[in-house]
Amino acid sequence: MSQLEVCDVSIAYGANTVVSGVSFTLQEGEIGCLLGPSGCGKTSLLRAVAGFEPLSTGRVLLNGETVSSESFVLPPERRKVGMVFQDFALFPHLSVFDNLGFGLRALAPEKRKQRITELLDLVGLTAVVRHFPHELSGGQQQRVALARAMAPRPDILLLDEPFSAIDPEFREQLAVEVREMLKRDNMTAVLVTHDQLEAFAMADRIGVMNQGRLQQMDTAYNLYHRPANRFVADFIGDGALLPGRVIGIGRVETPLGTLEGPTPTELKVGDRVDILVRPDDVIHEDDSSLKLTIVKKEFRGAEFRYTLGIAGGHKIICLVPSHHDHPIGSNLGVRVDMEHLRLFPAA
Amino acid sequence: MEVTAPTHLKPDRSRSTRFSGWAVCAVITALLISLPVVVVLAHVFYPSGEVWKHLAETVLADYVANSLLLMLGVAIGTAIGGIGCAWLISMTEFPGRKVFEWALLLPMAMPAYIIAYTYTGLLDFAGPVQTVLREVMGWKWGDYWFPDVRSLGGAVIMMSLVLFPYVYLMTRAAFLNQSICVLDVSRTLGNGPWRTFFSVGLPLARPAIVAGLSLALMETLADYGTVQYFGVATFTTGIFRTWYGLDNAAAASQLAALLMMFVFVLLVLEAYSRRQARFHHTSQRHQDIQRYVLKGWKSLGAFLFCFLALLLGFLLPAGQLGYWSVLVAETQIDGSFLALLENSLELAGLTSVLAVILALFLGYSRRLHRTKPLLASVRLAGMGYAVPGTVIAIGVIIPFAWFDNTLDGWARETLGISTGLLLSGTVFALVFAYLVRFLAVSLQAVNAGLDRIKPSIDEAGRSLGYGPLGVVRRLHIPLLSGSLLTAVLLVFVDVLKELPATLILRPFDYNTLAVRAYEMASDERLADAGPASLAIVAAGIVPVVLLSRSIARTRREKT
Repeated sequence: MSQLEVCDVSIAYGANTVVSGVSFTLQEGEIGCLLGPSGCGKTSLLRAVAGFEPLSTGRVLLNGETVSSESFVLPPERRKVGMVFQDFALFPHLSVFDNLGFGLRALAPEKRKQRITELLDLVGLTAVVRHFPHELSGGQQQRVALARAMAPRPDILLLDEPFSAIDPEFREQLAVEVREMLKRDNMTAVLVTHDQLEAFAMADRIGVMNQGRLQQMDTAYNLYHRPANRFVADFIGDGALLPGRVIGIGRVETPLGTLEGPTPTELKVGDRVDILVRPDDVIHEDDSSLKLTIVKKEFRGAEFRYTLGIAGGHKIICLVPSHHDHPIGSNLGVRVDMEHLRLFPAA
Repeated sequence: MEVTAPTHLKPDRSRSTRFSGWAVCAVITALLISLPVVVVLAHVFYPSGEVWKHLAETVLADYVANSLLLMLGVAIGTAIGGIGCAWLISMTEFPGRKVFEWALLLPMAMPAYIIAYTYTGLLDFAGPVQTVLREVMGWKWGDYWFPDVRSLGGAVIMMSLVLFPYVYLMTRAAFLNQSICVLDVSRTLGNGPWRTFFSVGLPLARPAIVAGLSLALMETLADYGTVQYFGVATFTTGIFRTWYGLDNAAAASQLAALLMMFVFVLLVLEAYSRRQARFHHTSQRHQDIQRYVLKGWKSLGAFLFCFLALLLGFLLPAGQLGYWSVLVAETQIDGSFLALLENSLELAGLTSVLAVILALFLGYSRRLHRTKPLLASVRLAGMGYAVPGTVIAIGVIIPFAWFDNTLDGWARETLGISTGLLLSGTVFALVFAYLVRFLAVSLQAVNAGLDRIKPSIDEAGRSLGYGPLGVVRRLHIPLLSGSLLTAVLLVFVDVLKELPATLILRPFDYNTLAVRAYEMASDERLADAGPASLAIVAAGIVPVVLLSRSIARTRREKT
């Protein structure tokens, strides 16, 4: 039985539909992520799981029990969900200890204290247990919010852009840490974010959303290498879409020459397609016969990120170890090595 | 989500479509509170015949003109005093600033009609000012011109002196809440203090200023004691005269309805600027303000500006009241005076606690169920503040008398007994009228506090297993304690000061301090009005000081 089941859920504000027909499931202990640009409906969906937004169609099941449907919304306090808010929503009048204890009123004082101690240990905040929220750093506040939400051992933990208030250089690291804490407790969780690196660092499976629809729910690897559609291909990772024409099974003619590789997409010879070329498909080789002009160059420390121009105004990206220092305007020899061809019918 | 609007601004569909006992209770409560206003407004459609026509032909233009002039004058006066003091106190450093910070709230303890009595005593022919002038200059009666304090201009000055703290309070809070960053930006871009004030500080504080001005002007429109004593014909005195003198309820109610149109403009203005204020928070980060340290004549100027406001708005009239009180202490302060004191404190205490409970209930309902009927009825319930006590009293008498008569008739017919007057002429009627009038004060304080609590706090409480009531008890009440205290104190002071509704509705032989002061002053026994007036002012000081301390505390918590 799935821990969370979202069946054909739509959410609308009046005539404005913000989520339409989304379905996915999460197993116990699995960390899912809803990833997408601003306004794609991911937070509305999360809030619907929490019980803050009613559904216009569909159902949400927690632990096999229907908690939301078209005609019914179990109030948030009666479903076992924990929520970490974008602004943390720590109670300013309560100490760290009392913030953590807020959801534990059902426990006897002894048990409550024990659970709080356990949580403080988990998130490493024992030293500041008597502090008030305004005395904590952003990262500490974030961990209090996390521990507070986990305290009553909810069926599922919902995190709404939990790292957006944290300094960017710490976000990924914190995401990894949070993942470890959740995994240690075997907590099922849904994260909402617009930052794919956060999603990659934290989630087992990531659902990419756009304009209220779930585009693809998959592992980070598959989203990157096997994007289900043009939007996912574009949204996830670096890369370029080049126009091409199918000239045989697994053979496509492009401005880069004929590219070959297995393709799951069913297309006929002669079809016009767009082909996804990722930076890792483009390998730098000084003696390659294919020479492309460097139009842009970014130093990234360990590597250079070269943008290369192709006939017809198209561009591809190539990552090269940073001792290969070539000036802009010069030619760079590259070989295109496609493990598989990711093709989309031409728009 | 980063979608259209923040969640708390969106109508809540999940509950609006369903029946909710809570929301229905809230709507009924709000409607009961707005009953007197509705009753008065309903009288607009009653034919009032010759009296109304007569009024319209004769005095109506005067009422309108005088009320407008009064408002214009008070707006200018309170804006200069309030904004000036707020900027000096929050943005500059000069000797005495810390004392002025709270002391400038003291004029709030001084009702306009009482300050009017004291300045009349000070400035009229027999008063100390003219007497000294005559002795020094050797003038006699008729030798010289002296401004008549009992005039429209005098009323403007009196009201400005005691109402400017409303603007000061709101504007100061806005200045303190302003991200200091934007002010710093202005300074790094080469703007001096004055430029920064006019180009950044003032525009950002504009919503708060407008809100403060609207409050001051509502007070102005509601005033009866001052304009009656100064003989300025405005709406309130007109209503009183029509009701008592001409004995025409319908015409009085129609005058009241016309007055409400003025009030309505102010209410819309206030609500609009409150909405604007949401968007004027430019940054989440607040730093302690680096005040401009004023030196030399600038420092003296700042000191004098604040000192003059305090002197004229509080010290001088309070001193005069103290002097009078000492003069008449032996004859005036006796058992009956203590009874007055007790009555006043009881009424104010009871009303302020009831008002804050109601305000919390309605404010929270409004937050929880953002449905149109609820929002509308709560807004209606909050209109009472703008409605003059005179009008509310009339609006209370009419339905209460109807209820008493109907019940009495029914009891006589079916039970053969007379229930007499159950509601009319009781303390209950008086407290009800106060609630109608002052609920808005506590509602405003409570709502302002509630608006500061992010919706995510509620949601965090809900997701941690507390229902709506649990969220109120465990989160809102502790977080609101400052606002609730403010609400209680503001209503307390307002009830003590309230005059016209008390005059009309008090039970037979039931006197309050305000009524005593009014009666003595009306008999031109200004000195005898001293003790009662002084008691009102003194009682008003305590909450004002507490208020200023709670404001300072919330400021400290924030940083």
